[in-house]
Amino acid sequence: MVNGILDYLWLVPALPLLGVVLNGAIALFAERPLLLREAGLPLTGGLGHGDASHGTSAPVTDQHGATHSDNAHGGRHETPQYRKLVAFIAPAVVGAAFVVALLCVLSLASRPADGRTFVQILFPWIQAGSLLVPAALQLDPLSSVMALVVTGVGFLIHVYSVGYMSHERAFARYFVCLNLFMFAMLTLVLANNYLLMFVGWEGVGLCSYLLIGFWYEKQSASDAGKKAFVVNRIGDFGVLLAMFLVFWTFGSLSFTEVFARVPLLRESGVLTTGLATAITLLLFLGATGKSAQIPLYVWLPDAMEGPTPVSALIHAATMVTAGVYMVARSSALFLLAPDTMMVVATIGAVTAIFSATIGICQTDIKRVLAYSTVSQLGYMFLACGVGAFTAAIFHLMTHAFFKALLFLGSGSVIHALSGEQDMRKMGGLKKYVPVTFATMFVATLAIAGVPGLSGFFSKDEILWQSFSSSHGSPFLWGIGAVAAGITAFYMFRLVFLTFFGKSRMDPEVEKHAHESPWSMTVPLAILAVLSVAGGWVGIPAVLGGSNLFEHWLAPVFHPVAAAEVVHGAAAGAAHAAEAGAHHSTTLEVGLMALSVAIALCGIAIAYFLYRVRTGKPAEIAKEWPTLYDVVYHKYYIDEFYEWAVIRRIVTFSTGLWEMFDALFIDGIVNGAAGLVRSAGDRVRRIQGGVVGGYAFSLLAGAVLLVGYLLYRSVVQ
Amino acid sequence: MIAPSAYLLLSAILFGIGVVGVVARKNILIILMSVELMLNGVNVAFVAAGSYLGDTAGGVFAFMVMTVAAAEAAVGLALLIALYRLKETIDITELRVLKW
Repeated sequence: MVNGILDYLWLVPALPLLGVVLNGAIALFAERPLLLREAGLPLTGGLGHGDASHGTSAPVTDQHGATHSDNAHGGRHETPQYRKLVAFIAPAVVGAAFVVALLCVLSLASRPADGRTFVQILFPWIQAGSLLVPAALQLDPLSSVMALVVTGVGFLIHVYSVGYMSHERAFARYFVCLNLFMFAMLTLVLANNYLLMFVGWEGVGLCSYLLIGFWYEKQSASDAGKKAFVVNRIGDFGVLLAMFLVFWTFGSLSFTEVFARVPLLRESGVLTTGLATAITLLLFLGATGKSAQIPLYVWLPDAMEGPTPVSALIHAATMVTAGVYMVARSSALFLLAPDTMMVVATIGAVTAIFSATIGICQTDIKRVLAYSTVSQLGYMFLACGVGAFTAAIFHLMTHAFFKALLFLGSGSVIHALSGEQDMRKMGGLKKYVPVTFATMFVATLAIAGVPGLSGFFSKDEILWQSFSSSHGSPFLWGIGAVAAGITAFYMFRLVFLTFFGKSRMDPEVEKHAHESPWSMTVPLAILAVLSVAGGWVGIPAVLGGSNLFEHWLAPVFHPVAAAEVVHGAAAGAAHAAEAGAHHSTTLEVGLMALSVAIALCGIAIAYFLYRVRTGKPAEIAKEWPTLYDVVYHKYYIDEFYEWAVIRRIVTFSTGLWEMFDALFIDGIVNGAAGLVRSAGDRVRRIQGGVVGGYAFSLLAGAVLLVGYLLYRSVVQ
Repeated sequence: MIAPSAYLLLSAILFGIGVVGVVARKNILIILMSVELMLNGVNVAFVAAGSYLGDTAGGVFAFMVMTVAAAEAAVGLALLIALYRLKETIDITELRVLKW
């Protein structure tokens, strides 16, 4: 078969890599010397700004003293030429990658449903014994969705970043990291084997670290980066072990080969349920790290120290969904391990509701969104856990749209308020930032699950599946529905506190409040359209839709069923009818209405508390001080980890250091040195400095030597 | 005809005197002279052995040793003078720098 455009699939990750190389050269040879000269420092890079003081075109209250004002007189107002180049290259390569990906996906879609897996082997990568790992890319319906979301949303966020970071001095460094992230993320989703996927997996982790700690001169930012990296390392450990087990069991790491061998090995008894459970649990451990699930979710809220577009791209839309993608990709294995499925569903549901409750009491606009992200990722895992992988990927996609929009909108708000992130100091922003308000409002409606918008379809699909699927239960549905209500509540709380009511802004800040430039508002508008319409590809049959999305992903998740559908006559209708026959339509619609009602309740409560009786939230907090305190402090989980894990590890490590290292290892080394030293101390006395003595020992040696030779000749 | 062993005995005696001089004396000048004595003791053995065996190589070696001895004496005396200028002494027991 002629592959056509698909042969250029390698361009999708390669284009961002080109951006890394070009921008990297600019960062190294143009930006770095300039920054060093400006700062008058020998080595340190850009200045630490913090979200608090960068990214405003209005004069900022100067927190950083002398160095800053130097720049005001120096090069700050004239835009160096290289910045324009960077601002062009970085979004352009990602946009080009999006176009290539789109063409590839269209070409893939023109194939018959059971032939929609394209593997491109680029070069042999590792050959050691029976381990053969080529650097190979795979485009199938699942990676198509991921690649399009990553490049599409990524492109919009790159464009937005050009505006948002326009006052950042380490401009090129930022875009190098962002492009590198795109490269790693595309490697992750397009990889054809676990090992290459793991390369992308680690790559995005690295970029996340670099970008969280982008303003590394701020202690909290560099700490947050470290925390994210260390916590993720725990998960990566699981992924590594899972890969070893996969190779040990299947003798291959390639997705196509591993999943093709599943039925055979299952029959021959090599792949026992226990083994499948071990592999999938380890994979899921990795997913909890990368996708911020209990117990490894703690890094994500702290990751908000990074620039806001980074939060949107990495910590909401793309990287954190890598865990969901991996679980969905390995669905063939997960379906063999019912215990793992239960764990995944439970952790997903608990995370969804747990972090949603934390979101209620947060005052930092970005932190609310961070906990919301954790909660929505919980939904995706809930879906995976009940076997509804399509619903999980569907929600992943719609969530990428509306959560990226929410983050970018919050960035626009922060931008307008000269860096203010505390919602208590906002209010009444509607009239200052109309575009931001309108788009963010749409996203809020979408995430709250208001019917007709993207979030409604995906969230409801998950809730329905968690109720009706053979792995699901009414209990899981209940948790999900309540979490949906809480989500609606805290999101509307955010909107009401930020955009409605009286202004609580600093007068100084209010004076400069302004709408963002077009490079920021256009991506917002596009994402708003996607937040509305993005769900229309997956309208369930019960609402008269054709659920295109499910049919698109069907070959990945139900290979057998898809083949039947293809050979059957009226493919879509037959499938839908078959699916519909299993469950009662009234029940599905009824549950849908119920979850919408719960969401509307959440909105109504938020309206009541933050618009009608604005004094009420404070009263409630006073009434239950302990409860409020516990939730406000995020259930003291960080403190608990500090006590239960970090303190233990520090004690243990200190013990190792003092007992093993200082006493044992150093004892051996110092003992050997001491022995030689004391021996030398004795021997050196022979060397007295008297030349006569040396001459005598020379003579004695000669006599001994001659005597020995004489003795030997006599004896022989 | 004098027995070859007598030459070797003379050689050994000369060499022994030289050795004792090198080891026992304190004056560097004397030590250098003792070294010459040792070298010439060896020369006697070379020449005697050469003549006894009818091989001219013994004589050649003796000349070789004399040449080296002359060079050695020149260098040694130069060092001696340099040392004297530096330390104002040629007493070997006072020059105790060759140690750790």
